[in-house]
Amino acid sequence: MEFEYETKTGSLRVYTPREIDECAASELRSEVDMLIDNYQIRRLIFDFMNTEFMDSSGIGMLIGRSRKMGYSGGCVEADHLNERVQKIFTLAGLPKLISVVKEEVYD
Amino acid sequence: MIRQQAQEMSLRFDSYPENEQFARMAVSAFLMDLNPMVDEMADIKTAVSEAVTNAILHGYEGVIGQVYLACKKQGADVEVTITDYGKGIDDIEKAREPFFTTRPEAERSGMGFAFMEAFMDEVHIASTPGRGTCVKMKKRLQLPVRE
Repeated sequence: MEFEYETKTGSLRVYTPREIDECAASELRSEVDMLIDNYQIRRLIFDFMNTEFMDSSGIGMLIGRSRKMGYSGGCVEADHLNERVQKIFTLAGLPKLISVVKEEVYD
Repeated sequence: MIRQQAQEMSLRFDSYPENEQFARMAVSAFLMDLNPMVDEMADIKTAVSEAVTNAILHGYEGVIGQVYLACKKQGADVEVTITDYGKGIDDIEKAREPFFTTRPEAERSGMGFAFMEAFMDEVHIASTPGRGTCVKMKKRLQLPVRE
């Protein structure tokens, strides 16, 4: 599985896959950690625009990255959560650890 | 078409993590004809994923064993049973507590059973240490009224 990502000085945006289960979570974990270390990332953004499904393995991965970034004084954000992913976030109390980017509402 | 008599399916698969996706897809394909709401289907898929992940990671702990999945639908009632013959759960009450995990070092969130309970109407766990675990989950779908 390959993930798309973008880096700008000190900042990394990771486009998460369609489904985040144990398989995807463990690949994201190792790949993102490598990028954080190699590019001295201070701001990590998970972009969920392609993600339709996430289970608690994804939660574990996100909590782990938030801790890792916390140690180095960095921050983690989540962008483009669909309703489903938002529900999972809320249920797991993730918004306390990860700042969720508020969607702009178009009427 | 909604039949009133029960329909069942069952599967047996190797405990490779890749098969979590297969298990989710099989259950959702089996329930497709009930035409569940998108959110209900996602609830069931998440619960299946949690139970199968538990069987694979905690039941068999990386050793390849067999996971058994059975699904029954009757009217609006859905029942999913996931069984493994792995190491079992020592303390089921503890395992049900949100954020409890036996493997914090592996970044497990400890939310598996909490998610199953949040997304299904009933979750029954039977487990014998050294023998295995069986999780039975039920959910009643909100079927649209059809004449």
